[in-house]
Amino acid sequence: MNTENRNVYLDHAAATPTDQAVVDVMAEFNVDLKGNAGSFHSEGKRAKDQLDKARAFVAEFLGARPDEILFTGSGTESDNLAILGYARVSAKHGKHIVTTSIEHHAVLEAMQHLERKEGFELTVVPVEKNGIVDAKKVLDAIREDTTIVSVMLVNNEIGTIQPVGEIGNAIEKMKKNGKAQHVALHTDAMQAAAYLEIDVKKLHVNLLSINGSKVYGPKGVGALFVKRGTKLQPLTFGGAQEKGIRPGTEDVASIIGFATALQIVKERRDADAVHLLPLREKLIEGILNSIPKTRLNGDRVQRVPNNVNVSIMDLEGEALLLYLDAQGIYASTGSACTSASLDPSHVIIALGMPFEVAHGSMRFTLGRETTEDDIDYVIEQLPPLVEKLRAISPVRVDPKYYE
Amino acid sequence: MSDYKAEPVKGRKGDVSAHDGASSWFYSDEVKEHFFNPKNYIMNDVDESQFNAIGKVGSPACGDELRVWLKIDKDERIVDFKWKTFGCGSAIASTSMASVMVTENGGMTLDEARSIKPQDIMTRLKGLPARKFHCSVLCDKAIRDAINDYFRRTEQIDRMIVEAKRMIDPVAKVTDHDIEEAVLDGALDLDAVQKKTKVGVGNPTILPAVEELIRFYREKYFG
Repeated sequence: MNTENRNVYLDHAAATPTDQAVVDVMAEFNVDLKGNAGSFHSEGKRAKDQLDKARAFVAEFLGARPDEILFTGSGTESDNLAILGYARVSAKHGKHIVTTSIEHHAVLEAMQHLERKEGFELTVVPVEKNGIVDAKKVLDAIREDTTIVSVMLVNNEIGTIQPVGEIGNAIEKMKKNGKAQHVALHTDAMQAAAYLEIDVKKLHVNLLSINGSKVYGPKGVGALFVKRGTKLQPLTFGGAQEKGIRPGTEDVASIIGFATALQIVKERRDADAVHLLPLREKLIEGILNSIPKTRLNGDRVQRVPNNVNVSIMDLEGEALLLYLDAQGIYASTGSACTSASLDPSHVIIALGMPFEVAHGSMRFTLGRETTEDDIDYVIEQLPPLVEKLRAISPVRVDPKYYE
Repeated sequence: MSDYKAEPVKGRKGDVSAHDGASSWFYSDEVKEHFFNPKNYIMNDVDESQFNAIGKVGSPACGDELRVWLKIDKDERIVDFKWKTFGCGSAIASTSMASVMVTENGGMTLDEARSIKPQDIMTRLKGLPARKFHCSVLCDKAIRDAINDYFRRTEQIDRMIVEAKRMIDPVAKVTDHDIEEAVLDGALDLDAVQKKTKVGVGNPTILPAVEELIRFYREKYFG
């Protein structure tokens, strides 16, 4: 195969390409409308109408009411607003907060901030070896003084689907029995939105975060579902936008782009899954069969159809990432070398793996435009690159981690 | 497929990250050359009888492990330098560059090799990203470890030099030894080490290197 012009983008969990229909609708808005959605004149009203339409659609997408949707500037902001906003407003009822060991940093670091700087007590529930949290362990962590509980719907590194609905249902039952009165369940659904049906009622959540960059929408826009009656303390101040909880002039173009992207997701989610699942299986099989000393990270079945995460023993992920890059294959690694903190993936460590296995983890996340030919190309290119890096490596990982 | 190991891995000319060639790569061209075509590395198993000095530094837990095998002649010049590394792009490139620097022009004397500083390797590589700098620090340590090994083997114990302290934070005057002591004293994360040493408080750019050291010592002493 010709490697010169290959462009195999397998990093959709980092960002999806923006759908052309989304780009078009945003461009049209930017040309036609100049008003501030908060202004009391016709131009402002036109922007406001577009904003309301988008809000109604996002609400419908999540099975919520329009007044339960807040727009934010990113998924990270949605997560932060949910966790900091609820924990702070509820501090008079209790200062115990709960999350899992595999959350995105947008959740984990917000939780750790509350613990380190604001006197909260944090319980981090470990996950099982397959990368899925045991719902019972989360429920057992809940106490009378627990407020925010955050469990992601799909993990961003290993793609495992978490039992959020089961946890939410049980919390509702606890509340009916007079327990856990101040608990609000939050879920980070960023990596789920493009692949799973999301219904806030079935998930029994109070708070849910989604964003544009993982659903073929624009980057820099997110939404937070806030169930009626769930109070939040704002993080920013100075305006009445988004009920005063997220003040600031709304980026209406991005918001309608986001809503359009979700509309497309709704139409083709099932077809996308049918397209992706066999490709995912082919890539997993291809890697595990053609490269010795590899392991699949995360449950094989309970994972979204676009995620492949493998640890390739005895090598360091950044080096492999750069060798793959040279062949036109774009992936991601849990190696410390590509993270700003120089810490290896906390998710792979949470599976009970040692540092060297986390350093050698590679994530391939497929997307709508991924073809079978792309997968064949990866399976062909990967083994010699792995063999070269292994040959110059002095490290031999203990076989118990991959056999 | 049969002899791919002998083939250098080809990067795209000029730019790997963008097809239009307009933007730059993560590393300099020198780093790129040594990363895609590393020099003097040992493929697969090592015949240690061919060498008279062996050095090792790092551990896979902290992301980099480096081993070097040197052949030192009777005039105490390093005539051969072979290595293996588990590490990122700049770790591979800096080790490869160090092997060239040590063996070029008839080979360095032991004194010359011992005085190589990470900065010297980085200069020859035309720079490394700031947060990657710790990677090439490993290489000079491995060379000094191997030279000590040579003196041990040749029973010149008096010539061995125990690794000097390395200044980690020149602002707070904190050395790697101070961090090691703090970890031994039970400070197992950055917050705790900072409470004891004030390392990086006024100098946050060094924090990644500090965290690396904490992890290294934690692994070394507490497993």
